[in-house]
Amino acid sequence: MENKSYTLIVHSENFAGLLNQVTAVFTRFQINIDSLNVSASSIPGLHKYTITACTDEESIEKIARLIEKKVDVISAHYFTDDQIFSYEVALFKLSMSEAHIEPKVLRIISQYGANIVEVNNVFVVIVKTGTSEEITALHEELQKYHVVLQFVRSGRVAVTTSYYEKVNEFLEKRESDYRLTHKS
Amino acid sequence: MKSKDKIQYEKDAKPLRITGAEALIRSLEYQGVKTIFGYPGGAIMPVYDALYGNKTLNHILVRHEQAAAHAAEGFARASGEVGVCLVTSGPGATNTVTGIADAMIDSTPIVVIAGQVAASTLGMDAFQEVDLVGITQPITKWSYQIRSATDVAWAVARAFYIAGSGRPGPVVLDFAKNAQLDMTDYLPTKVDFVRGYVPEPEMDDDAISEAAQLINNSKHPFVLAGHGIELGNAVEEFKTFIHKADLPTGATLLGLSVLPSDDPLNMGMLGMHGKLVTNVKTNECDVLIAVGMRFDDRVTGKLSAYAPQAKIVHFDIDPAEINKSIHVDVAVVGDCRKTLAAVTALLSQGDHSEWKKSFEPYIKKENDKVVHPELHPSKEFMTMGEVINAVSEATSHKAILVTDVGQNQMLAARYFKYSSPRSILTSGGAGTMGYGLPAAIGATFACPDRTVCLFVGDGGLQMNLQEFGTIMEQRAPVKIILLNNNFLGNVRQWQAMFFNHHYSFTPMMNPEYPAIASAYGIASRRVMKREELAEAIDEMLCTDGPFLLEACVEQEGNVLPMTPPGSPIDQMILEIK
Ligand SMILES: Cc1ncc(C[n+]2csc(CCOP(=O)(O)OP(=O)(O)O)c2C)c(N)n1
Ligand SMILES: [Mg+2]
Repeated sequence: MENKSYTLIVHSENFAGLLNQVTAVFTRFQINIDSLNVSASSIPGLHKYTITACTDEESIEKIARLIEKKVDVISAHYFTDDQIFSYEVALFKLSMSEAHIEPKVLRIISQYGANIVEVNNVFVVIVKTGTSEEITALHEELQKYHVVLQFVRSGRVAVTTSYYEKVNEFLEKRESDYRLTHKS
Repeated sequence: MKSKDKIQYEKDAKPLRITGAEALIRSLEYQGVKTIFGYPGGAIMPVYDALYGNKTLNHILVRHEQAAAHAAEGFARASGEVGVCLVTSGPGATNTVTGIADAMIDSTPIVVIAGQVAASTLGMDAFQEVDLVGITQPITKWSYQIRSATDVAWAVARAFYIAGSGRPGPVVLDFAKNAQLDMTDYLPTKVDFVRGYVPEPEMDDDAISEAAQLINNSKHPFVLAGHGIELGNAVEEFKTFIHKADLPTGATLLGLSVLPSDDPLNMGMLGMHGKLVTNVKTNECDVLIAVGMRFDDRVTGKLSAYAPQAKIVHFDIDPAEINKSIHVDVAVVGDCRKTLAAVTALLSQGDHSEWKKSFEPYIKKENDKVVHPELHPSKEFMTMGEVINAVSEATSHKAILVTDVGQNQMLAARYFKYSSPRSILTSGGAGTMGYGLPAAIGATFACPDRTVCLFVGDGGLQMNLQEFGTIMEQRAPVKIILLNNNFLGNVRQWQAMFFNHHYSFTPMMNPEYPAIASAYGIASRRVMKREELAEAIDEMLCTDGPFLLEACVEQEGNVLPMTPPGSPIDQMILEIK
């Protein structure tokens, strides 16, 4: 089977120790997590994990099932890149002494649509929001000028392109099934 | 944490102002617990104090915490209820880890309650602090630290709900000492809904009709019966299912007592040391129907050569089992009690006499080459098989079989017979030596009216030998049949077959077992010759209470037939020249 980039979106209760359980499943399959982002979700009290990994579909499906099996995980679904809108954020700290003599660097920054958020006489900090590829490309460009003092990028965050909100539907169904069985 | 669970409080109950430890005891009672296997220590002393003088809970003091976990497993497997064990923090807790892992892989519902240092000292390397939740998370369905007395009733209710529902499994409650000592307003509590946890996936009507259609159109169907049928209390539904469509059936190690041994459709055990016929027919059938089993590698052998010709239908309650190792054509997820009934309703009456006839040559071949020589040996020393067979017959095949691990286990599985469900307790997925003795103790408490026969090797008996103490104190009527071959026999067999007879650390010097038994006041008898066997078994069964029967069997007997590891499952070795 072919390896691809998959994004796994997991919703879980907001309990201590769950992150460990989620990542442990990847460890068991010896699959590297490329990026991981944990945040609040649109549903109060639920956490959302956005995890990217390069693997084959069979493995990501098994991983998703095993994660979903954890008692306090609500759902785990995997997506290919065309099934999601995804973004990352990167921060670059650039050396000023070099940057100011290099107008080309400034041109690259604006070409890539990055924003300057701090300028002083020692360094410049820029923020770039975009796809993984755009951020990698910008990083590579800037590296050519030997100006990058620090570089950091966030995990991927993603929302699905689908019209259905699986998690909300799942939770509603759980509630209504429960009410049904407990009336009779 | 509890906010989204559905919690039921006992109607009209008034809150009781008690300690967390007392709340634990009340919660266990409220769950219907009658028996606990445990061992005290510093961090669980408030709970032991609350147990003092308690008349409802029968606390069985084991001699090692590993045994508490296995006894809880044996209790759970024999009774169908959740087994409970109670231990202290640190080493007390880590001693249960093997039992927890064993319960996880064999889907056995147990709740392990361990003491923990006070919440205020957590993370400070306090005396007997270990990160039990961290250690047990990968080997439990749920592992939770109770840090506040107000959590106790809910956590216990949730623990029992999770352990016992859906695909059963172990739950750990790590009970911080401050939470044991603090006061709380206790209310009898039940949990029956955890929103992220779907114990029973919904039945899919399309899958039901596809499964029925495949079975109805099948000329050569073959069924694999697993432990899940007993766990799902679906034995009757299963029998109706196979008998309506006339489906010959093989069983996994843990599923051996699903069907009575004399059911005409029961073709016996699957897998590495199973029946030749079940493995051959797995690879000949046109439709393979697996119910409540997980295609363990000991059942499948080489995966790529496993039933490549067959359409496969898989009934399971756990969606994560579907396509895990074997790709299936129809997945029937859900509670097999319901799914089996639904499929059965769509089945036409079947008659597969011709197909079943084709089973006979393989049964005969194995009988001639393997079974007959094992049960009626011409050699001087007794074989394990003849001892097992004689015990099974002497109990009219009605006893609960408990095994340890090794040759004793495989041969007991092959030659013991069953008349009712929940009659085999064995460590399948984990293969835990030392499981047998404590599990058998647990079974005597679960089923005081049944005879409990343990077959155990000289290696495995010594892995939890200290439990003779528990047996002595409780007069637990375990019939211990020690199959003594003076070897770690199973490993020796592999060394003989695959490692040039290099008997690397498998011969073992043994103590005088009857002398040990006698030190514990356990009646015993050693049998060297087959002429004494029947009488010794009689003596064992007629003796009230525990008994040790040491059968000195041939030293280098082999378990046959055998599919070598990594070979196609139907390529069985029947004799070693
Ligand atoms: C805890 C544990 N350690 C090691 C093993 C590996 N092992 C499997 S069978 C076996 C030999 C068992 O010897 P014995 O108990 O005498 O039984 P026999 O095979 O001779 O019947 C060993 C060492 C195991 N299964 N479990
Ligand atoms: Mg032995």
